[in-house]
Amino acid sequence: MRGMSVPSHAGAAERAEVPAPLLICEHCDTVYRRRPLARGETARCARCGALLERHHGLGPGTMLALVLTALVVFVEANAWPIVTLGLNGEQVSTTLWGMITFMWKQDAQVVSVLAAGTLFFFPLAKILLLGWVLLFARAGRRAPGFRPVMVALHYLHPWTMSEVFVLGVLVSIVKAHLYFDVVPDPGVFAYAVLVVLITVFAGIDLRRLWELVPERPA
Amino acid sequence: MSALPRAHELGLIGCHVCGLVCRDAPVPDAACPRCGSPLHRRKTASCARTWALLIAAFILYIPANVLPIMRTASLGDVDDNTILSGVVELWVKGSPDLAVIVFTASILVPLTKFLVLATLLVSAHRGSAWARLQRARLYRLVEFIGYWSMLDVFVVALLTALVQFGVFSLVAPLPGVIFFGLTVVLTMLASMSFDPRLIWDGRSDDD
Ligand SMILES: [Zn+2]
Ligand SMILES: [Zn+2]
Repeated sequence: MRGMSVPSHAGAAERAEVPAPLLICEHCDTVYRRRPLARGETARCARCGALLERHHGLGPGTMLALVLTALVVFVEANAWPIVTLGLNGEQVSTTLWGMITFMWKQDAQVVSVLAAGTLFFFPLAKILLLGWVLLFARAGRRAPGFRPVMVALHYLHPWTMSEVFVLGVLVSIVKAHLYFDVVPDPGVFAYAVLVVLITVFAGIDLRRLWELVPERPA
Repeated sequence: MSALPRAHELGLIGCHVCGLVCRDAPVPDAACPRCGSPLHRRKTASCARTWALLIAAFILYIPANVLPIMRTASLGDVDDNTILSGVVELWVKGSPDLAVIVFTASILVPLTKFLVLATLLVSAHRGSAWARLQRARLYRLVEFIGYWSMLDVFVVALLTALVQFGVFSLVAPLPGVIFFGLTVVLTMLASMSFDPRLIWDGRSDDD
């Protein structure tokens, strides 16, 4: 079996790419010929109804601006306290990392790790990696490490949960409100803005970035 | 089926990672020329992996619901909350709207995921042609709603960090929340390892 693939693996891979502008539905494997989409138009699969492609008005420059804004807001959302509780004049507030370290100390390390990953490391990695790719794409170039970065972005995609956390803060406020004085702190507003930004650039089709900056022969 | 040809009928294969359309070469360990990921027609051992993850998730789901997820103590008064009792408390004392949201995220969504994925697995295994479009839609729904179940885990974590008033009021996490967090991760992995292309395949081929 191995003998077959030995001669010039790279050459064989080069020929594997199909030149015609085709598109395959990820959900059912139906093949389509690609057509240019009008502004705001989306293409859906005729067999299974999944989204195939959507038109993108945003250029790399605009996307980069969005990602950099998200980075600033992300830093604020993490640095500022989220909520303050008051009881008998005593006050307790926490940040995201306060929550993560506290769960660790309370013998809930699994929860601590889940929160650190889905609310801090993965969103941060997503913002930084996307920013890195776009920084170079703006100049029409491929960023160093483009390939592994794009693959990492693909796998990171389902594991960022900032929007769930914002809903969680809301539920916590309502629950705590029964017994305590609750003051939402700037962190929660930064989080709300972050979620809006994340929703906007969640629409960025990673597959389009592959085409935006074509590979150059070295 | 010539109007809507499928990839294997044209000798094509779409990269699962970057979407590039490639020729389906009869080479073992073929890799995508654009992103370098291994090319395969269907997700590897999709049904077996999805079953394994789904069953593991279901096993953990039992202690996640039976065991309390959070302890609230105030002036010697100790109260242990399960997921369901948390929803009830929210309904009675807080806001019914949020109780509905938490009930949906913590109870309805995980149960829907178990039911939908098991149905998809059984019907895909049989190569059933029954309600294909509806099954495809159900899969996309499950993929979309899955991670919202983490809601209760974050609520417990945040309340624990905030409610620290010594003898007056304390909140601590209990093992149920750990099982619940793991259940959510496992159900997410299960829905990711299911290959929706199998819904449209005549008989199950799992390579
Ligand atoms: Zn489709
Ligand atoms: Zn690829």
